[in-house]
Amino acid sequence: MIMSPTETWSPAQPIVSLHGVHKSFGTFEVLKGIDIDVMKGEVVCIIGPSGSGKSTLIRTINGLTPVSKGSVKVEGIEVHDAGLDKLALRRKVGIVFQQYNLFPHRTVLQNVMMAPLLVLKENRKEVEARARALLEKVKLRDKEEAYPAELSGGQQQRVAIARSLCMRPDVMLFDEVTAALDPETVKEVLVTIKDLAGDGMTCMLVTHEMGFAREISDRVYFTDAGRIVESGPPSQIFDKPQDPRTREFLSKVL
Amino acid sequence: MLDLIAPFFERLNDTTGLNFSPFYDSYDWGRLLEGMWVSIKLITAIIAVSLVIGVVGAGAQTSRVRPVRWLVAAYIEVFRNTPPIVQLLFFYFGLGAITPQVDMGGWYEPMIGSFGWAVIAIGIFGGSYNVEIFRSGIEAVPDSTKEAAESLGFSQFKIFVYITLPLAVRICLPALTNNIVSLAKTSSLAYVIAVPEITYSLSGIWSDSVNVPEMMVLLFLYYIVLVAIIARIMSVIEHRLALPGYGQ
Ligand SMILES: Nc1ncnc2c1ncn2[C@@H]1O[C@H](COP(=O)(O)OP(=O)(O)OP(=O)(O)O)[C@@H](O)[C@H]1O
Ligand SMILES: [Mg+2]
Repeated sequence: MIMSPTETWSPAQPIVSLHGVHKSFGTFEVLKGIDIDVMKGEVVCIIGPSGSGKSTLIRTINGLTPVSKGSVKVEGIEVHDAGLDKLALRRKVGIVFQQYNLFPHRTVLQNVMMAPLLVLKENRKEVEARARALLEKVKLRDKEEAYPAELSGGQQQRVAIARSLCMRPDVMLFDEVTAALDPETVKEVLVTIKDLAGDGMTCMLVTHEMGFAREISDRVYFTDAGRIVESGPPSQIFDKPQDPRTREFLSKVL
Repeated sequence: MLDLIAPFFERLNDTTGLNFSPFYDSYDWGRLLEGMWVSIKLITAIIAVSLVIGVVGAGAQTSRVRPVRWLVAAYIEVFRNTPPIVQLLFFYFGLGAITPQVDMGGWYEPMIGSFGWAVIAIGIFGGSYNVEIFRSGIEAVPDSTKEAAESLGFSQFKIFVYITLPLAVRICLPALTNNIVSLAKTSSLAYVIAVPEITYSLSGIWSDSVNVPEMMVLLFLYYIVLVAIIARIMSVIEHRLALPGYGQ
């Protein structure tokens, strides 16, 4: 039996903390020592060129990708402990992917309710009320009986966000959640995330939407080739980047 | 029912010599109904066994334990590459000879009768195809969908039951329909170990009444109608499971 380290974690400490995180796929080292601390309620964005390891980084935080070396802690729980209670971790951390990944055989409402019912075995009435409230929040109440394939990309992505939130996570991870969307629908998803951040949710986003990153972040991390090259408040990263790699990247995307 | 049609078929026999004895002779009528009933029970049981084996086998094939995967692979090799009739005879005469007898109060009966062996043998035969069919469906379910479930805290088992399987079934339904129809037809092999299904009971009738061609026609008709019904049921299921806007 592993003592729950949650008891020793206090909100004064980082809610997510990565230290010296390395990850290799075979001989190819994707992450070469990552250090990130995120406090409760903070919003941080991770930007950087394609292939720099952003998705890999974000996936180590909820244990989807095991690390090769280093430590990833969420509320004091070491994510890559052999004896980790995976469920405990996944209740704390929600993740939304680029491709939505809704369950195509379930309606919108069922998608949102499924995990709390099956995994947490919560009361159906309570879950249903919560799911409806979340769908209201992402402005999809009228779509609750629709199947994912009947929705637009932006709508599907908002369902995916509601689905994650219904587990009442403490931290939300977003991996390029607008990258697959039409320009018109990008905004509706960004607004949803912004509302969420405004409510005090701790958010970590990988994004190519630089304007959004600047607007929403408390801190921005610029990654390149598996390392954090530079980090700081958005005003610093976007207006006075120190490293030439950051400057070069920003000159291409801005 | 029989009273209604008997005069017609009796006259047919008298005037043309076409002898459909089950349609006017109540004893043969009983044999026909019994044969159909046993045949339907047999087919239902075979399909059920083959589906359970298919799902469990395909699930086992995704196991992390290598010997489990080898075992399933060996099973598929053996049962797909040998004739079902040989398998049936092997089970009935080979294994049947060594299964214990049950004391029925004075006399002894084999624990598993010919019906039981037919269900086991043909069910296992059909299951070997179903494992492959379900596996192809399971492999077609995107990893990203399963990953989303994993991120929501689903255990591997719950992912399989609630996500992978329902999607896999929809993907492999057409192939499954083919195999189920083929199994329904293969069930007639049970004839060789004297399971009193339709082929067997009609053979009883034709050896008594010497009306082989007529009974053959009946047998053909029975299977044509049966297969049509199964195909219809499967298409209703396919329709029911179809997801609005999905896969089009
Ligand atoms: N499962 C895997 N096996 C092998 N290589 C992988 C695997 N996942 C990622 N990689 C490699 O790791 C590198 C970083 O991938 P990652 O997806 O983390 O980059 P990214 O920064 O998210 O890029 P993008 O902006 O294109 O999404 C890439 O070169 C990729 O090919
Ligand atoms: Mg990525």
